[in-house]
Amino acid sequence: MQKKRLANLKEAAIRAFFFTCGVLAILALVGIFVTLITTAFPAFKEINIGQFLSGKTWDPTSPEKAEYGILSMIVSTLLVTGGALAIAVPIGIGVAAYLSDVAHWRVREVVKPIVEILAAIPSVVIGFLGMVLFAPAISKIFHIGHGLTALNGSLLLAVMALPTIISISEDSLNAVPAAYSEASLALGASRWQTLVRVKVPAALSGIIAASMLGMGRAIGETMTVLMATGNSRTFPHLPQAFLESVRTMTANIAIELGEVPYYTTHYYALFAIGLVLFIMTFVVNLVADVVLNKYQEREQ
Amino acid sequence: MKRIITTALMITGLFLGIDGLAAGQKMIQIKGSDTLVNLVQILAEQFMEKNPGKALAVLGGGSSTGVAGLTNGTCDIANHSREWKQKEIDLAWEKGVKPRFFVVAVDGVSIIVNEKNPLDRLTMAEIGAMYRGEVKNWKAIGGPDKAVSLYGRQSNSGTYVFMQEHVLGNKNYSTDMKEMNGNAQIIEGILQDEGGIGYVGVGYLFDQSGKVRKGLKVLNVSKTPDGQAFSPLDKAAVDSGNYPVARALYQATNGKPTAASADFIRFEISDEGQQIVVKEGFFAISPAQRAENEKNLR
Repeated sequence: MQKKRLANLKEAAIRAFFFTCGVLAILALVGIFVTLITTAFPAFKEINIGQFLSGKTWDPTSPEKAEYGILSMIVSTLLVTGGALAIAVPIGIGVAAYLSDVAHWRVREVVKPIVEILAAIPSVVIGFLGMVLFAPAISKIFHIGHGLTALNGSLLLAVMALPTIISISEDSLNAVPAAYSEASLALGASRWQTLVRVKVPAALSGIIAASMLGMGRAIGETMTVLMATGNSRTFPHLPQAFLESVRTMTANIAIELGEVPYYTTHYYALFAIGLVLFIMTFVVNLVADVVLNKYQEREQ
Repeated sequence: MKRIITTALMITGLFLGIDGLAAGQKMIQIKGSDTLVNLVQILAEQFMEKNPGKALAVLGGGSSTGVAGLTNGTCDIANHSREWKQKEIDLAWEKGVKPRFFVVAVDGVSIIVNEKNPLDRLTMAEIGAMYRGEVKNWKAIGGPDKAVSLYGRQSNSGTYVFMQEHVLGNKNYSTDMKEMNGNAQIIEGILQDEGGIGYVGVGYLFDQSGKVRKGLKVLNVSKTPDGQAFSPLDKAAVDSGNYPVARALYQATNGKPTAASADFIRFEISDEGQQIVVKEGFFAISPAQRAENEKNLR
């Protein structure tokens, strides 16, 4: 009897522990959101929110006229992140498919841990590689004066996003029930047809999730882009924008937050940039979630 | 961050001040230029280490803050990176404050390009026009037909502000300028970029053997189009004030400095103090400036 009561108590304690953990995560998120909003809000006493989002010039320390337009930075962030995904997603899915379906298990045992180690390289090291290795190469290949460009940032972010994309995609390809591919092969499909028409579609939710997580890494990455993209405040002139210097939102916050006088419009405006970034990643995640749910519904 | 540190210093300074008062001494209040605040802070720390019982508090806020502080009697020494305007001097005299000026360091940068750039000299106006984004091709100022690629520091850097005030005529930088994380990164960029131009502290130009790094060219700069151009590597030119991309950094006291203030200023302009000045990336003061300082101390 007493034993049972003890067990019940233990059960309740464990339940309370996990409940607290779950609530803590939510509290942290809500706390960050509230702090961002309350610190960003005073910025809009002096800055018109429309001008903030649509202005192309960011120059809060200007001796002529302080300007707080972040459109250039939003476009630059999307440019660098988009470029990184365009490089990393195809390669990532290719590697994942190779590892799960083509490679000998011995090769897989070696390659997969190596790919995962890639994720452990500090971003400042990757940024340095970008400065001394990738940038000079880009400037030679495209015959431009310097390689501190959006393309450089995209390449480096692709390298950083790859481990996530490969690892999770491979897991989800492996999780496709064996019966699917067996059925496909039994119907006379080749291995290539089975992979492309059966396994990849079946694992698509995982692959999309992998790409989203990779994008999450890329859009929020700061140090690498700070070192690699030149940080000029100019508005990216499409289409050659990939070969120009750009400044992302994260880089701008990192550059200026360290020395900004506290409780000034400039200070609040930096938090407002953080808020915009937060909303952007939130929307991306939300859209991905909706897409995933739709897909899973169809599946069932 | 800087704010927090200064606030913390202010609070510790307050305690030290009370401490000092008990010992019959008053804390020296230094206020002003943000260009000088870090340097003077380091000098003050060294000075306090060597002279236990002496207390100094250093605050930033900009040159004008220092000028106003001295005029209103809220600080003992004003830091300023520009000369006082006539209006400010008049106002001080009206209030019975007779400022005396001391040059404690010289702020200056070298203008660098890739060694493949055939130009050897530029005028101040040309450099300003390039950084404002008005000159976009080297051809426009007699160079090769190549796009100008600007390298500079980030807005949190004192050098960024120095160039903006001293060379750009207080106008906006071109948004095309690549804003680099430090002097070394600017040099890395210029080494690879044939159309590049950058500004860095003189201390960053040399390799281990003490020569200017291979692949870099340090430009001579002239004040006017037909004036003589000088190099920042020419010590005589810097000392005499002929090298134009430099400016004196001052401190001012009300009349003859008090014994405590004079001790600190003497430490700053001593060889030991000037070694710290150079280590922090500034030029040392010239013999002429030192002689002038000595005169004002008396």
